[in-house]
Amino acid sequence: MKKSLFMGTLAAAGLAAGLAGAATLDDVKAKGELACGVTTGLVGFAAPNANGEWEGFDVAVCRAVAAAVLGDANAVKFVTTTGQTRFTALASGEIDMLARNTTWTFSRDVDLKFTFVGVNYYDGQGFMVPKELGVSSAKELDGATVCIQTGTTTELNLADFFRANGITYEPVPIETNAEAQQQYLAGACDVYTTDASGLAATRATFENAADHVLLPEIISKEPLGPLVRHGDDQWGDIVRWTLNALITAEELGVTSANLEEMAAGTNNPEINRLLGTEGDLGAMLGLDADWAKRAIAAGGNYGEIFEKNIGESTAIGLARGLNAQWSQGGLIYSPPFR
Amino acid sequence: MSMADQSAPRDSFRLSMLLYDTRYRSLTIQVVFFILFMAGFAWLINNTIQNLETLGKDFNFGFLSSRAGYDINQRLIEYTNNSTHGRAMVVGLLNTLLVAFLGCILATILGVIAGVLRLSKNWIVGRLMTVYVEAFRNIPVLLWILIIFAIMTESMPPPKDFRGDEATAAMSLWETVAVSNQGIFIPRLVPASYFWVFFVLIIAAIFVIRYLRKRAIIIQEATGVRPGTFWQSIGVVVIPLVAAYFAISAITTKNELTFIVATEQSVENLVAFSEIAGRINYCHAPNSAASLSGLRYLEANELDYSRREFHNTSASIKEFIGGTCNAIVVDSADAAVVADSLSDGLRGNATAVTVADTVMEGRAFEFDVPELTEKGIPRFEGGLHLRNSLIALWLALSVYTGAFIAEIVRAGILAISKGQTEAASALGIRPSRTMRLVILPQALRVIVPPLISQYLNLTKNSSLAIAVGYMDLRSTLGGISLNQTGRELECMLLMMLIYLVISLAISVVMNIYNTRTQLKER
Repeated sequence: MKKSLFMGTLAAAGLAAGLAGAATLDDVKAKGELACGVTTGLVGFAAPNANGEWEGFDVAVCRAVAAAVLGDANAVKFVTTTGQTRFTALASGEIDMLARNTTWTFSRDVDLKFTFVGVNYYDGQGFMVPKELGVSSAKELDGATVCIQTGTTTELNLADFFRANGITYEPVPIETNAEAQQQYLAGACDVYTTDASGLAATRATFENAADHVLLPEIISKEPLGPLVRHGDDQWGDIVRWTLNALITAEELGVTSANLEEMAAGTNNPEINRLLGTEGDLGAMLGLDADWAKRAIAAGGNYGEIFEKNIGESTAIGLARGLNAQWSQGGLIYSPPFR
Repeated sequence: MSMADQSAPRDSFRLSMLLYDTRYRSLTIQVVFFILFMAGFAWLINNTIQNLETLGKDFNFGFLSSRAGYDINQRLIEYTNNSTHGRAMVVGLLNTLLVAFLGCILATILGVIAGVLRLSKNWIVGRLMTVYVEAFRNIPVLLWILIIFAIMTESMPPPKDFRGDEATAAMSLWETVAVSNQGIFIPRLVPASYFWVFFVLIIAAIFVIRYLRKRAIIIQEATGVRPGTFWQSIGVVVIPLVAAYFAISAITTKNELTFIVATEQSVENLVAFSEIAGRINYCHAPNSAASLSGLRYLEANELDYSRREFHNTSASIKEFIGGTCNAIVVDSADAAVVADSLSDGLRGNATAVTVADTVMEGRAFEFDVPELTEKGIPRFEGGLHLRNSLIALWLALSVYTGAFIAEIVRAGILAISKGQTEAASALGIRPSRTMRLVILPQALRVIVPPLISQYLNLTKNSSLAIAVGYMDLRSTLGGISLNQTGRELECMLLMMLIYLVISLAISVVMNIYNTRTQLKER
């Protein structure tokens, strides 16, 4: 029994590593669907809607990639992952890409052997407290009980922040956002900390959202973006340039409304290259000429995806802020399509 | 081997005999299977190594000595986020062992009671136990863990309900125990100096009691009358302990302590210091009565302070030097020397100076009673914090495993034939002694072996801790450390190895006990 257990683990590890080595693009095409790792449910970023269809800001990236590669934005198998399981799922080949509010850090990129293909949301860690706690700054949180999703960078930032400010706290490790929400609302923890966008999204689902405030301190940089495994650069390029296509589309004014019209040919050579009417960028990626057009058609350009899922018109109500286009004073910037 | 085999000519060995000769066939098959098995094993290892190489990952345990960077709420040993992943692993391991130990004890108590009562002639009691056993062992333990956790967090009052004039919740048991949705807070026993004397006395008492028992048996065998040992045994335990309590208290209540503070300006007393520093951050070691007395002094003099708890006195001295806290108590006798030595390590211009405030150490042991903070975030300070995660895991594992143990105990008792009881009655032995001297020793032979596997089950089931965020081995080494370092294979193998060792250790200990309860045949 003990021996077979040991062998089972070795076999699983061996098999997993074996899968990881193969060309992901071929695998995805052979399967006919893209396995995309998402959160277990964070409204606005990735959560099933009333009809059971996944939607959200991260989900839109998955759909765009599926549309670019397979021609069908619905050919995605959404695999829910927790903060703890996500990297194992990606490293083992269970998922082809991970789009799950994952912070781009040095050790994840270098030591964990992942390739972050870009940033789709510039975030930072914040704190949410009930108004009645009477706290207006995170530095007043001495002795607070803090709910925190385990296995995330927030855990480390939190420890650093409290150490640097010489105050103490009691961590309550939680596995998923839903559980954290439940614990927080029950008052089992005084504070909930995670990325500010996640806090806003969580607060939006509360019955009395106005009773809770986000503290002004943002204690970390959290560039969130999709990632793939090391070792398959072609696949990495596909995901990277699909994301860039969405961003460039917004910059160039290509929207889901005028997409067909633009795809017929324009005076702007970059739009033509993006949409495949000029040049052979698609072939360079190992895809056909219309790949970017399909990706944009899946959910609109970056700005449309933002507005539809987490923008100011939604319950989550996030301003573009850092996530505006570079030309609008933000950090969202795509390398040129050339 | 028959005679015919023995007389077969040795020189006529042919290769085909390996297959067709019954003398060799079984050996051949075993060898072939062994080779295949090893080849499969080698293939797996080779495959793993190759694939790790393709991924560019190496296999080493160096990460265990790098900084962990995360905090753990329940720590049985000193641990901060500056400690290593290896230490985090040990903290997790100790938490696993703690819940397994507590669980095994409670499960045994519940199981024995339920098992005996299930045989009760009282219809209601018997059926109630049946309901307990069937309900608990037929529902997955994970559900019990989650249910108890949900009850603790959802239906207990939050600490803020305990505060103010319109408090809707109150502490129970004469204001000593707080049941809140952040866990249960109970008084903590805090030892003063010379506390080890109590342990010495208890060990001595055990030897004396054993001697008394032996003497009783000798007298019983010589005269047929067994002298009572009960009151002597109690006396041997209680009298020295009470005497020691008063003796030690007489010393420690006269033991004077002095506050040392870290300051850049010269200060006379704590009042002046709190004005300069803004707030006193008191270095508190929860397991030291001296430290507790210092805390009570701050409280009694209404100074503005906040307590910084560290694992023990040496840890709080380390943090005093590190600057996390700025006031500490030490023995007055060597206060000046300690202050000098602490000054060397302090950052900046700060020096450690003794102030005029002194306090007495207190009695041989004191109780640190939890209390609600008066200002700031409502929470309980002091005492022993039993977190919801620990309570949920402990109770759920105990009631679940207890249901299985109840059945084992019942089976053990039923296995002893009724004739044994009747024979004992015929000899005039009282029912309670019949149980203790006749039934139970025989029943234990049946009970102990399956009990071992229940203990093993409970220990392994404790890895479900992750469901409620209990920081056990699975949550530290197999959870956060694994996630932060990306060393899946190493962490998993290490974790498997540790669980294997724990299980084998339990097995060995219980098997030794089992051999002792076995039927002794002469």
